[in-house]
Amino acid sequence: MRITADREVCCAAGQCALIAPDLFDQSDEDGSVVLLDAQPDTGRLDVLREVVSRCPTGAIRLQEEPGA
Amino acid sequence: MSYQGGTPGWLITRHTEAKELLTHKSFSARQEGIISPVPTELAYDGPADPGAFAKTDDPVHSKYRKLVTGFFTVRRTRQLAPMIERIVHEQLDDLEKAGPGADLVEVFAESVPSRVMCEMIGVPESERKSLQRHVETLGRLSSTVPEALAAVSGMSGFLTRFVPSRMDDPRDDILGDLIRGGQLTEQELMGMTATLITGAFDTTGNMLAMGVYALLEHPDQLAKLQEDPELMGAAVEELLRFLTISHLGASRWALEDVEFAGQTIKKGEVVTVALPAVNRDPERYENPDQLDIGRTDHGHLGLGHGVHQCLGQHLARTILRVGYEALFDRFPTLRLAVPSDEIQMREDFVHYGPSALPVTWDD
Ligand code: SF4
Repeated sequence: MRITADREVCCAAGQCALIAPDLFDQSDEDGSVVLLDAQPDTGRLDVLREVVSRCPTGAIRLQEEPGA
Repeated sequence: MSYQGGTPGWLITRHTEAKELLTHKSFSARQEGIISPVPTELAYDGPADPGAFAKTDDPVHSKYRKLVTGFFTVRRTRQLAPMIERIVHEQLDDLEKAGPGADLVEVFAESVPSRVMCEMIGVPESERKSLQRHVETLGRLSSTVPEALAAVSGMSGFLTRFVPSRMDDPRDDILGDLIRGGQLTEQELMGMTATLITGAFDTTGNMLAMGVYALLEHPDQLAKLQEDPELMGAAVEELLRFLTISHLGASRWALEDVEFAGQTIKKGEVVTVALPAVNRDPERYENPDQLDIGRTDHGHLGLGHGVHQCLGQHLARTILRVGYEALFDRFPTLRLAVPSDEIQMREDFVHYGPSALPVTWDD
């Protein structure tokens, strides 16, 4: 499982940092997403799906295929 | 449906389509094309003022927004809790002094967020009440054109005094930071300041008041919350969903002819997302009309969606959390001082809420 976060697309709405503060933070400078862990435990899949659905700009992508 | 002046317009009431519209590249948030779905004399058909980024599209919008988002991150706004707590307690002292029968809107709900934002931008306390009145006039759909013009000139009178004085003497606050950043003209700084003030004052104030009203009307939910303060985060999200004070929704207009949700939307036509309906979409939420602070599905659109999703949302969350907590902590027997059906609602405002909330409690 792999996460990518596109800082260009991000509008700094902070849904990711709100829902999963251990995986995402926001930069102090412009609030854009900072990925803290790109390959988290598969146990976090539900949380990550929620982050993806609530990110208002589609900046966060999740590759779920096993072994990725 | 027909919008003001007979212009055709569309209304979205479903969650899925609302999210789709608010992220769709063919729809614009630019002020010049937006028509209110309800009648009002206050129509703005020119472009937004420089720096008034809420009513612009990218890249203009993100250029301005990025300059201030650093102040409104989840982490930064949580760090403001001590300052917010101080202001909340000062206002609760005033409530206590005013005694049973006091108006919670005036003493508490309206004052807390405006004081917080004034501290963040460095606006002196002496200016706050008059700014509050201007923001109110501009958010009231029944304001007449002369009333609105007077409010605009009151606002810009303040900005032309305030912003240049801070350019000579930048302080340690958001405005000071923007000035030191050196990227904005005086006009743009004024537009940004106005956007922060109008964005913060009314919105959170109505949420604070409506939330208290809703909890008092749902004593089982309030009791649950008082028993388990850990539920506060979830309660705030549920109140944002259930109350959806942006009751006139978010509107966008089509930049070109678009096929959307099986319809052809012609260039220039306006689509409004009926946020309260979307937040109670039965396809999305179980028992949508029920206030349930134990709900775990927090994907509501009470704060919008897409690149314009509320900039101050985490600040609002912190104010609401701290505000409700302290209020019910200090006044555990808080209740309405008049029968519920006597509470007047601000139906003619962009943001919904009670115009006054007389409360009482046991000493
Ligand atoms: S939720 Fe999306 S838009 Fe918001 S900060 Fe995270 S990545 Fe950026």
